[in-house]
Amino acid sequence: MARFAVRRTISVLALLFATSVVVWGIFEVIPSYNPARAIAGREANATTVAAVARKFGFDKPKYVQYVDTMKQVFEGQIIDYQNDLNVVQQFRQKFPVTVSLVVPAAIIWFVLAVILGSISALRAGKLSDRAIMVLAIVGVSIPVFLLAELLLYVFAYNSSIFPAGGYAPFLPNPGQWFYHLILPWFAIAALSIGFYARVLRSNLLDMVNQDFVRTARAKGLSQRKVFVRHVLRNSLMPIITMFGLDFATLLGGATLVTETVFNLPGIGQYEAQAIGNLDVPPILVGALFTAFFVVVFGAIVDVIYALLDPRVRLTG
Amino acid sequence: MAERLLEVEDLRVSFATEDGLVRAVDGVSFTLDRGEVLAIVGESGSGKSVSVMTLLGLTRSVNTRFAGSARYKGLDLLSASEQQLERIRGAEIAMIFQDPISSLSPVHRVGDQIVEQIRAHDKKISKAAALDRAVELMERVGIPNARARARAYPHEFSGGMRQRAMIAMALSLDPSVLIADEPTTALDVTIQAQIIEEIKALRERSASGVIFVTHDLAVVADIADRVIVMYAGRVVEQGTLEEIFYDPQHPYTWGLLGSVTRTDRDPPRRLPSIPGAPPSLVRPPAGCHFRPRCPHAFERCVEVPELTSRLPEAPGHLDRCWLEVEEKRRRREVAGRIGLVAEAVA
Repeated sequence: MARFAVRRTISVLALLFATSVVVWGIFEVIPSYNPARAIAGREANATTVAAVARKFGFDKPKYVQYVDTMKQVFEGQIIDYQNDLNVVQQFRQKFPVTVSLVVPAAIIWFVLAVILGSISALRAGKLSDRAIMVLAIVGVSIPVFLLAELLLYVFAYNSSIFPAGGYAPFLPNPGQWFYHLILPWFAIAALSIGFYARVLRSNLLDMVNQDFVRTARAKGLSQRKVFVRHVLRNSLMPIITMFGLDFATLLGGATLVTETVFNLPGIGQYEAQAIGNLDVPPILVGALFTAFFVVVFGAIVDVIYALLDPRVRLTG
Repeated sequence: MAERLLEVEDLRVSFATEDGLVRAVDGVSFTLDRGEVLAIVGESGSGKSVSVMTLLGLTRSVNTRFAGSARYKGLDLLSASEQQLERIRGAEIAMIFQDPISSLSPVHRVGDQIVEQIRAHDKKISKAAALDRAVELMERVGIPNARARARAYPHEFSGGMRQRAMIAMALSLDPSVLIADEPTTALDVTIQAQIIEEIKALRERSASGVIFVTHDLAVVADIADRVIVMYAGRVVEQGTLEEIFYDPQHPYTWGLLGSVTRTDRDPPRRLPSIPGAPPSLVRPPAGCHFRPRCPHAFERCVEVPELTSRLPEAPGHLDRCWLEVEEKRRRREVAGRIGLVAEAVA
C-alpha cells in the first residue's frame, strides 16, 4: 500500500510536469499568439506593446518564462491576462459550481446506467431491451451542446418548467439549487448513461454463462440474489474504471459546453472564456487541474478495484 | 428396500440452435435409491452433464425442449416451478462441478460462499452460526486450518482444496442426492483419489444417493454400484458395476474398457483408443449412433436398436446392440486377445 502511494505520487508529479510543458509549449507555437499585444489592447502602438512585454517578462528566454510561470502557479500568485484576476482564487471560487454540476450528474448516470443495463440484460432480445439500447445509442450519439439546447428549448423556453440557465448556490436555498441544476445534470449524464448501460449489458450477458453463476443457481439462491450478488457484482469492474476517469475529467473542468450553454459560473465556463481569449494562465492551471484529478481518481479506482476483486493487487 | 429418490423416465433434452435441433439427451431412464452410487459414463458431448443438470433445472432456457419425466420423491422436476426448484437445489439435490476454480465466485470468500449456501435454505440461522457450520464442514472434508481458510478467496486455494470447498458447500445441508459432475477431471491423480475418498465417506455417513458423472472408468470401478454408459445422447448400456465390467455387451463399452490404462501391466507402445469422433447431435447417423465408429457394425445397425435386456440371466442389464449375445462374447474375446497380443508384442 505504501509502495503504491509513493509510486502514484511520483506519477502525479511526472504527469503534472509533462502537462505543464505541453500546454505552455502549445501557445509558444501558435503563430498569431502575442500575449503582450493581447494585454496591451488593439489600439496600443509598438512601444506600448514592448513595454508590456518587458513588464510581464515576455522578453525573457523561454525557459525562464516557463519557470517564472510555474513558480507563480504553485505560489498561487498567477494572474490572468484578460481580467487581471488571480487564477487560483478564481478556481477556488468557481469549483463548487462545477462540483454541484458533476457529482449529482455522476450519481444519476451511474445509477440509471446500472438499472437500465440490468433491465436490458435480463430481458435480452425483448422489446424493452431493444428500446433501451436504441435510447442508449441516441444518448451516446447526441452532442452535449445540442442536447443542452434542446432541453432548454423544451423545458425552459417552451414550457418554462425549469429556469433558462443560471446558478443558485446550495446554501441558503437547496431547492433553488436543485431546480437550476436538474437540466444540466441530465445534459451531462445522457452520454454516460447510454454508454455505461451498453457496456454493462454486454458484461452481464457474458457473466451469466460463467460457471460460478451456475453454481449460485445450483445452491438454490433466488434469481434476484444470483443476479445481484454474483452476476452484477462481477460485472461492475469495467464501468467502475470508466466511471473514475470520466468523473475525474468532468470534475477537472471538462464541462465547458454544459456550463456555457446553461450559464453556470464554474471552472468549465471560465476555461471556455480563457480559451476564446488565448488567456494562457487559466488554461494552464485548468490543464494541471484536470491532470491532477485524472491521476488521483485513477488511483482511487485502483483501490476500489482491489476492494471489489480480491485477485487484484495494488502494485502502482 | 431403500427409499427411491430419483426416477428418470425417457428423459429427452434438445437445444434449438441456428444449425438445427441438438438432441443432447435422447431417452435416458434410471432410478436412484438412497445409499446408492450411480455412475454415468461417456465421452465429452455424450449428454451426461446435460442429463444431470436438467435434474436441477439448470438447462432451462427459451431454446431448450424437454420431454419424458424426472421425479424427485414424486415431484416432477421438469415441470416444477422455479420456486419449487429453488427449494430443492442445494438442500435436497446438491451438485459438485467439474472445474472448481471457475465454479466458485472469484470475489467472495470461500467461507462466505458456504454460508450463502446454508442461509439460502435455513433462513433462521445467524451469520455467525452459519460460519461456524461452514468451518466445521471445511474441516470435515479435510481442509486444514479451516477457520482461517474460510476467510480466503478461491484463488488463494489449490485446485484440490477448492474442490474440497465445493464438496463442503454441496454437503452443507445434508442433501439426499449428490450429483458430482466430473469432480476430479481438473485435478491431479493424488488429489483425485482423496476427493473420491471424501465422496465415498459422505455416502457412508449420510446414506444419500450419489450420481457420479465421469469419463474415467478407473474411478467408476472404485466407487459405483450401477453404471450407465452414454454415447451421443443415448444410453448404450446400463447395469450393475459387475455386469458392465465383467460382461460388457456394447462394443462402445468394450472400447471404453479397452482405453483404461493399466498400471499392473507393462504400458503398451500406443495407448489404446476408439478411432473416430462422436457424431454431430444435429444430424446423428441413422440407426445406432455408434455405427460409424463400430468395427462390428452390420446391415441391421441402420435400425435403432432398442435399449433392452438381451440376457435372460440378467434382466437389469440393458444394452443397445443388435449383435447376438454369443457373437458378442466371441468377438469381445477376440478383441481382448488381440489387445493382449498387441501388448505382449509391444
